Amino acid sequence: MRKRPEPGLLTVKTKGNGMLSFSREIGKNRVLYLMMLPSLAFFAIFAYAPLVGLYYAFINFNFIGGLFGSPFVGLKNFEFLFFGGAHAVVWRLTLNTVLYNLAFIFIGNGLQCFTAIILNDIRGRIYKRTTQSIMLLPYFVSFVIVGAIAYSIFNFELGSLNSVLKVFGIKPVNVYMLPSVWKYILVFFNTWKGLGYGTIIYLAAIMGIDREMYEASELDGCNIFQQIRYITLPLLKPTFIMLVLFSLGGIMRGQFDLFYQLIGNNGILFNATDILDTYIYRSLVINFNVSTGTAAGLYQSLFGFAAVMIVNAIIRKINKENALF
Amino acid sequence: MLYAMSKVKDKIFSARSVFDGFGYFYLTLIGLLCLIPFLLVLAGSFTANQVIIQYGYSIIPRELSLDAYKAIFLFPEKIISAYEVSILVTTTGTVVGVFFMSMAGYALQRKELKYANKISFFIYFTTLFNCGLIPWYLLIVGLGMKDTLLALIVPSLESAFSILLIRNFMRSVPESIIESAKIDGAGDFFIFRRIVIPLSTPVIATVGLFLALQYWNDWYSTSLFVPTSSKWPLQYLLYKTISAQFVALSAAAASYFRKGTMPTESVKLATAVVTTGPIILLYPFLQKYFVRGITIGAVKG
Repeated sequence: MRKRPEPGLLTVKTKGNGMLSFSREIGKNRVLYLMMLPSLAFFAIFAYAPLVGLYYAFINFNFIGGLFGSPFVGLKNFEFLFFGGAHAVVWRLTLNTVLYNLAFIFIGNGLQCFTAIILNDIRGRIYKRTTQSIMLLPYFVSFVIVGAIAYSIFNFELGSLNSVLKVFGIKPVNVYMLPSVWKYILVFFNTWKGLGYGTIIYLAAIMGIDREMYEASELDGCNIFQQIRYITLPLLKPTFIMLVLFSLGGIMRGQFDLFYQLIGNNGILFNATDILDTYIYRSLVINFNVSTGTAAGLYQSLFGFAAVMIVNAIIRKINKENALF
Repeated sequence: MLYAMSKVKDKIFSARSVFDGFGYFYLTLIGLLCLIPFLLVLAGSFTANQVIIQYGYSIIPRELSLDAYKAIFLFPEKIISAYEVSILVTTTGTVVGVFFMSMAGYALQRKELKYANKISFFIYFTTLFNCGLIPWYLLIVGLGMKDTLLALIVPSLESAFSILLIRNFMRSVPESIIESAKIDGAGDFFIFRRIVIPLSTPVIATVGLFLALQYWNDWYSTSLFVPTSSKWPLQYLLYKTISAQFVALSAAAASYFRKGTMPTESVKLATAVVTTGPIILLYPFLQKYFVRGITIGAVKG
């Protein structure tokens, strides 16, 4: 016999497993479970159901056969991507994805941290507020605008870069045909877009530092540089490491918008700038190459998952409560 | 005399002033780097097309011309329909999305639910491993959403991160208030609506703002699912215009301009200004809430 709940005890956990206690649990809290239902349905449909489609990576897709009728080819698609001679693009794509992300993460976080420290300690409140507002503006506009800006600067005939070069008598450059400079351009625009946002996060972290330490150090005769070096930086280090580690978990996921808007379908630049995401997008939109695209996507997801697991293990070692699980 | 001068020298080169001097220089540089690209686009939109073709884009227009804007506003059908789509998609998506996500966030932090943690993990796992673009695309097309506005709204409705953010924030609502409401006979949804939501406006506003911004700037969904140009939202229209695959000028506009004077280049930038202008105009008002939201996300996330 189940004990009657004591008066005053408003939350009662149902005990036991099995269908009866399941329906009892749902029935008891049906409003709450109902409130979760739309979201659950959303993820079931849009995140879990398509997992079945991973099977596309193992078949040679044709329209007539569809998902289950097309011939099963095992790991052939992966062979193609990894060892298929001129088609073995996966190595270059992975290299680009990872290296660009590393640059984005370290340069981005470094500059954001640096800017936050300066913003925090500079005098002049109006100046601080204005600069902060201006810095956040790029975050708001879409990457399409970024593409438009890049076009108006780098376009061969019309871009302002070449106009300026002409004034100095230097021969105009066709940047869109020059793969080597794009790593700098991409890092610049990625940093440009995220600087305001990240600076706010580091500012929040700095505000969490005890003011008393700064006051005590002033009494001891420290100047601003010493304060930054001995108080601010060491106390920001954990935040910096944590933010970098979290970002590193997503190292296999590229900034698709940025790359696609700046590079588009310019094949000349692909060797230097193509990442997994843009390759997969093109394999869908331009080639409709279902098998190869899914194979590349599965590869990306698997290694992305591994990256998050590794990063989480590292975070666990450093600071148990900050770990994701 | 020398003593006085050395005192002045100390003052000028004190650590504080060196820091301030460098700081102001650095921040001004950053400010300029952030502003100048926008000025370039703005200036280009007001420049006469011929000047652009001859001299290229520059920050100071050599010759002012309203031709680009005339082309857009005298024949505004495309921009207006794009605005309608963007506004419809953004408002519907944000309202529905925030509603669903805040319900889930609230329910998931209720301690009396036996399966709350398992369901939280179910949602969280979607951020760790995903199926990739192609299966997702084929599913949405298979559901019959191709070339509909639904495809722009539904697949982007929810984000696992936002749900968990709301969940964590709502945990800070004092349990005693909820308990006393239950004693008074209030149902779960009533408690959610009348007690918890008003106490959670910071996180809900944050999630709403970020979701709205995501919808407004989304061009990706359109490129995948909506080939009909009358259903294009603003950012996609802009993208097509700039990549010169599509000119935002109708046939009527083409006949308005004498042969050879169609402002094709300046129209690209004018379209950019017209599509992004509202965001930039709204920006000063919304900025405060975004900053607050980013801070909430960073601290409690």
